[in-house]
Amino acid sequence: MSHSDHQTYPGINLGDIDPRHQQRVETAQFGFWVFIMSDLVYFGLMFAIYITMIDAQAGGPGPHELFDLRSLFAQTVLLLTSSMTVGLASLALKYHLGLGRVYLWLVATLLLGLGFLTLEIMDFMNMAAKGGVPQRSGFLSAFYGLVPLHGLHVATGCLWLVILMIQMRVIGVTDQIKSRLMRFGLFWHFLDLIWIGIFTIVYFGGLAYG
Amino acid sequence: MDDKHAEHARERSRYIRGFLFALALTLTAFGIGHLYGPQTPYVYLAIGVLGLLQLIVQLAYFLHIDRRRDSREDLDLILFSTMVLLIIILGTVWILGDLHMRMQMGMQM
Repeated sequence: MSHSDHQTYPGINLGDIDPRHQQRVETAQFGFWVFIMSDLVYFGLMFAIYITMIDAQAGGPGPHELFDLRSLFAQTVLLLTSSMTVGLASLALKYHLGLGRVYLWLVATLLLGLGFLTLEIMDFMNMAAKGGVPQRSGFLSAFYGLVPLHGLHVATGCLWLVILMIQMRVIGVTDQIKSRLMRFGLFWHFLDLIWIGIFTIVYFGGLAYG
Repeated sequence: MDDKHAEHARERSRYIRGFLFALALTLTAFGIGHLYGPQTPYVYLAIGVLGLLQLIVQLAYFLHIDRRRDSREDLDLILFSTMVLLIIILGTVWILGDLHMRMQMGMQM
């Protein structure tokens, strides 16, 4: 128990490394938190614009014609599950359960992320087929400014994960790679937090007030 | 070795419990949204509260943010960013909402 107290972050063994190295890793991790919070402010602005634009449908198709709750539910479950698998990957790394296990959870995360993106793009295509394109109304511009921004983050995360797995293979699991994986985990969990806001405010909020 | 084993089991069960909590909250939100429709009074309020709860669950179980001393800096950062965010969002909604109302009044005159 005693040594879990000073391990703030999961996914890395800092127990037997010298304190200076640990300090550096924690500083990098905190710096990444700062990046995430500034990204959060950007998302917050897009949410604010969306809320003020819910009414501005200009006679175009609104939430009731465009949103598909079944697909939304599937996307939510996929992303939530991937948030757990990335956590399990970091635990497999932390407790030396073998690289096979680490890759297994990381590949699962990647597939779940790609599944999420596939469903999301299908949704956008269905919306566009019903006339729900960004230039149709202020409401739709705000929608397409926010939801695909999150999708772009997920796509970037998938690319990052692929690069990380290649690096693990080529460089090996060094302390630096472990610390990168830790930051990836943070980024990925953050994307799921944003998604809670999206399905609650954009989709259900749109249906309730649009 | 046994110590490590027990700790691993403890941390893993933390992720799994977090996942199950979050899944239950998601199911409830979608369930009441589907059954009653989000336009029904109080249903959207309930969905909002469930979303907020899920945010807290994920922060605690996945991102390990709690009131322990060593994660205090992260918590401070999150709370400060949340404050900035609330000022931005509430301010935008307030001012643009007010503007919208005045524009409507102008059109009726």
